[in-house]
Amino acid sequence: MPDLTREETQGLIEEVLEVYPEKAKKIREKHLTVNDHAIDQSKSCIKSNRKSVPGAMTIRGCAYAGSKGVVWGPIKDMIHISHGPVGCGQYSRAGRRNYYVGTTGVNTFGTMNFTSDFQEKDIVFGGDKKLAKLIDEIETLFPLNKGITVQSECPIGLIGDDIEAVSKAKGKEYEKTIVPVRCEGFRGVSQSLGHHIANDAVRDWALDKRDGDNSFETTPYDVAILGDYNIGGDAWASRILLEEMGLRVVAQWSGDGSISEMELTPKVKLNLLHCYRSMNYISRHMEEKYGIPWMEYNFFGPTKIEESLRKIAEFFDDTIKEGAERVIAKYKAEYQAVIDKYRPRLEGKKVMLYVGGLRPRHVIGAYEDLGMEVVGTGYEFAHNDDYDRTIKEMGDATLIYDDVTGYEFEEFVKKVKPDLIGSGIKEKYIFQKMGIPFRQMHSWDYSGPYHGYDGFAIFARDMDMTLNNPCWDKLTPPWKQAAGSEALAAE
Amino acid sequence: MALRQAAIYGKGGIGKSTTTQNLVAALAEAGKKVMIVGCDPKADSTRLILHSKAQNTIMQMAADAGSVEDLELEDVLKKGYGDIACVESGGPEPGVGCAGRGVITAINFLEEEGAYEEDLDFVFYDVLGDVVCGGFAMPIRENKAQEIYIVCSGEMMAMYAANNIAKGIVKYANSGGVRLAGLICNSRNTAREDELIIELARQLGTQMIHFVPRDNVVQRAEIRRMTVIEYDPKAKQADEYRALAKKIIENQMFVIPTPISMDALEDLLMEFGLMDEEDESIIGKTAEAEGVAATA
Repeated sequence: MPDLTREETQGLIEEVLEVYPEKAKKIREKHLTVNDHAIDQSKSCIKSNRKSVPGAMTIRGCAYAGSKGVVWGPIKDMIHISHGPVGCGQYSRAGRRNYYVGTTGVNTFGTMNFTSDFQEKDIVFGGDKKLAKLIDEIETLFPLNKGITVQSECPIGLIGDDIEAVSKAKGKEYEKTIVPVRCEGFRGVSQSLGHHIANDAVRDWALDKRDGDNSFETTPYDVAILGDYNIGGDAWASRILLEEMGLRVVAQWSGDGSISEMELTPKVKLNLLHCYRSMNYISRHMEEKYGIPWMEYNFFGPTKIEESLRKIAEFFDDTIKEGAERVIAKYKAEYQAVIDKYRPRLEGKKVMLYVGGLRPRHVIGAYEDLGMEVVGTGYEFAHNDDYDRTIKEMGDATLIYDDVTGYEFEEFVKKVKPDLIGSGIKEKYIFQKMGIPFRQMHSWDYSGPYHGYDGFAIFARDMDMTLNNPCWDKLTPPWKQAAGSEALAAE
Repeated sequence: MALRQAAIYGKGGIGKSTTTQNLVAALAEAGKKVMIVGCDPKADSTRLILHSKAQNTIMQMAADAGSVEDLELEDVLKKGYGDIACVESGGPEPGVGCAGRGVITAINFLEEEGAYEEDLDFVFYDVLGDVVCGGFAMPIRENKAQEIYIVCSGEMMAMYAANNIAKGIVKYANSGGVRLAGLICNSRNTAREDELIIELARQLGTQMIHFVPRDNVVQRAEIRRMTVIEYDPKAKQADEYRALAKKIIENQMFVIPTPISMDALEDLLMEFGLMDEEDESIIGKTAEAEGVAATA
């Protein structure tokens, strides 16, 4: 269908808001907007990072999800204790495909669930002693762990357990990094505060461990990858390019990350920030304390990769600048072949996105490389600095929605009629049942990587096989088809 | 008669546990079947009945056994003077954990295990201090205590606390059946104490059900871990507790209280000389500043 005009898009928003009670409408209308390139500050058009409206279906997570599930969880050689009742740990276990290298249960622990499994008596009498015992047992059973984090579930904050004291005492006893994280789920409005709390815990309990220790030999080309969670191997596909252009990736977190890499990060020359939302806090801290510059980059699709490689190279000498050009040239034939193959099959298709902290804007370029257009996008838990960046990436008069409710998203889709939706598992089956091709853009639908040139080839293939899958023509059963054509004839 | 459940609240240190146990002993003496449920981590609500230092608590035994489900009723329910059934919920030492949750867990356990036998006449919940959180409100929620007695005295803070507790009762009275059944004045020998409490009770919409005078025999009995009823049944004080018990048995006055405003309470205190008229000119002034003003 043709693009909606600005007035039509605005009309659509108003129509969708119409069903809400007055109070909810007043709140929700501030979170929905029509993109306007004339605006450069999103705060004048959209509100974000606010409490969700009661009764409206939101797909946000909690602070614990932001810390355990996103920032700390993927650090592979540490053991992350879900401190509290068993459910939070079990239902967040191995939920994200943060790929890692190592032997699980021996020197890496990424997909395992460690929990203090709170019972009534632990609530009533406090869980400090149990936590200490749990740490002792971990040291006995998994001696190759390189450290421990304590991820607080809600009750910890309610009963006032002193996890800091236990962490300090046990850290001293075992001479290991033990990090207490106050990421109780009820804090904040979404997982976003959990990212911040986790970043602060990195700052306060881990990052300064090698301050004043110069035994690590540095080079002028040392960089760190921050905020790449290695979903389906994304960070690995990114790392190849950085290394080929002559940089040395000293650290990568938290996907396939380790505590020693984290501790070495203050030694690098440049922090490369992939997910701005979840790790800008620690990047800013390192800039302030260690004078390390940081830059956001985007490795989705050849256009953005090229831009990013050159931007990264700007921080270094000619060797690296030449390296960047060499890498771009090297992969040119490869990615051009991908475009040549898939673009004719995907050209002009419209996409609507609704994802987490960075993909709602970062993947736009990759779609555009394939001739597709993103006509609507939104974030679960973004702040206004994310929307500032999004306005520029999205086409004029496109739809932008913050913390979109289930109802709003469905209604938008019905009217905008995109050819493809990219969102999460909770949305997937609803839209598939509506007959709309769908890709999970949190987990890459168990595919990936999507980062880098290698990832682009997989991305293009996945979008094609979803969009052009013959199943979409077969959704209407024969008897309904007949009825449908009769009904049409009757009209 | 049908089971009556009552909860005793009041400012910390006012004598709730002592009054409750003496009252319960008097009820038992009058042939009533009674159970005391101590809802205080200190676990001192049954010691005068059991002659023990502190009863093993439900929460402590649950922690030792692994979980509450591992406990049997006979492990935690002890019979003492006058066949009074005694239970302590227990809870953590100060500064850790959640005592309120302990009360909730313990009462749920008692219900599930059938502690509320059909032939019981009274259950008394002896609850720690103020209604500070959901846990300590547990006894006044639906299907638990229907009548609340507040122990107070003619001291200012005890009356503040009584008024606050009345506010808590209003909240639950509207959703359930809990009612304020009266103030028990545990005398501290302050001036015009009985008049004051009668007036406070009137303003709260309730009654002063009994005025328990101060008597050293209570302390003498307590040293022996006994109630006055048991230690010295002929003492005058024993008759006071018997009178209280009789009034409670016959009590018909169950009301939704009308807590009074801070101003009204202060007016009342001023009227009885417990508080001076507020002097606006001295608010926020340090001793030094006052000294300067005085010499000027």
